[in-house]
Amino acid sequence: MSATPATHGTDHAHAHDDHHEAEMPHGSFKGYMIGFILSVILTAIPFALVMTGVLDRSTTVVAILAMAVVQIFVHMVYFLHMNFKVEGGWSMLALIFTVVFVLITLAGSIWVMYHMNTNMMPMSPAAMAQSG
Amino acid sequence: MSTTTPNAFYDGDRPLFHLPEEPHHPEGHSTMLGFWLYLMSDCLLFAALFAMYATASHSYGGGPGQHQLFELPLVALNTTMLLLSSITYGFAMLFMEQGKKGATLAWLAITGLFGASFIGIELYEFSHLIHEGATPQSSAFLSSFFALVGTHGLHVTVGLIWLVTLMVQVSKKGLIQANKRRLMCLSMFWHFLDVVWIGVFTFVYLMGVAQ
Repeated sequence: MSATPATHGTDHAHAHDDHHEAEMPHGSFKGYMIGFILSVILTAIPFALVMTGVLDRSTTVVAILAMAVVQIFVHMVYFLHMNFKVEGGWSMLALIFTVVFVLITLAGSIWVMYHMNTNMMPMSPAAMAQSG
Repeated sequence: MSTTTPNAFYDGDRPLFHLPEEPHHPEGHSTMLGFWLYLMSDCLLFAALFAMYATASHSYGGGPGQHQLFELPLVALNTTMLLLSSITYGFAMLFMEQGKKGATLAWLAITGLFGASFIGIELYEFSHLIHEGATPQSSAFLSSFFALVGTHGLHVTVGLIWLVTLMVQVSKKGLIQANKRRLMCLSMFWHFLDVVWIGVFTFVYLMGVAQ
């Protein structure tokens, strides 16, 4: 029941899907080339940043993470042809749910384990050397 | 709630809740969505492996760390192979839509070669690491590294087997609707693995080596 309003907007546009052969998303040569060129740029820059080491570590990490996120978007749009219309919006809904789940898994694990590591090791390195 | 009757068909003014026969759907109409949902669940599998790597990536157990082990030129070469295989698969799909069987098969073969190079380079890297004593058993960092990168490599290997299977099917039966659908599924699988690899080379290799 609750799912009905969520897909209401896209249902009208795709109500005709049932009448012909299974609808498949189509790419174009131009689309694939745009995606490829953007991916090459977004791969080359992070590798260059790390291999040359021109920036300090924290700036480099932020830059390469940002470019990875952008590149994932590029792949989703130009290679996987993801948009709000595919399968009446259900693919996008599943994707958004998965992204939320992935973020919770990653952020939660890193956060919990970081605090556990911090709290489980009250000894300083000098104290550890003594007790060992 | 009382106004929502999404699947009700009408017999005169009387709504029919139990349809006399199944509504007609073309064969395989739900395959693409179903396969997408599989990919999303695969994404959760990789999320768990990434989370494990994130929490164990500094537990060296006295063994070597990222700086001593990772060779970025090799990773860059590997990334290039996978990216090239993505665009060549895209070309295969474009020829498939035009119904050109020979060109589709040729681009699929090129995709397979790039994919096989990726696996070859990865196996070389793994054997090199193990030869240096950096085995999966040596530390939590290396266990989680081999688990994450190895799972991705296994996916690519399965993709290669699938690719060869589909090439045989297309060459025998041609670009029939069922084969087109299978090629679309493999297309999603292949591009999805490239998306996961973006995470791997950024999170594991580049962030591990960045100073």
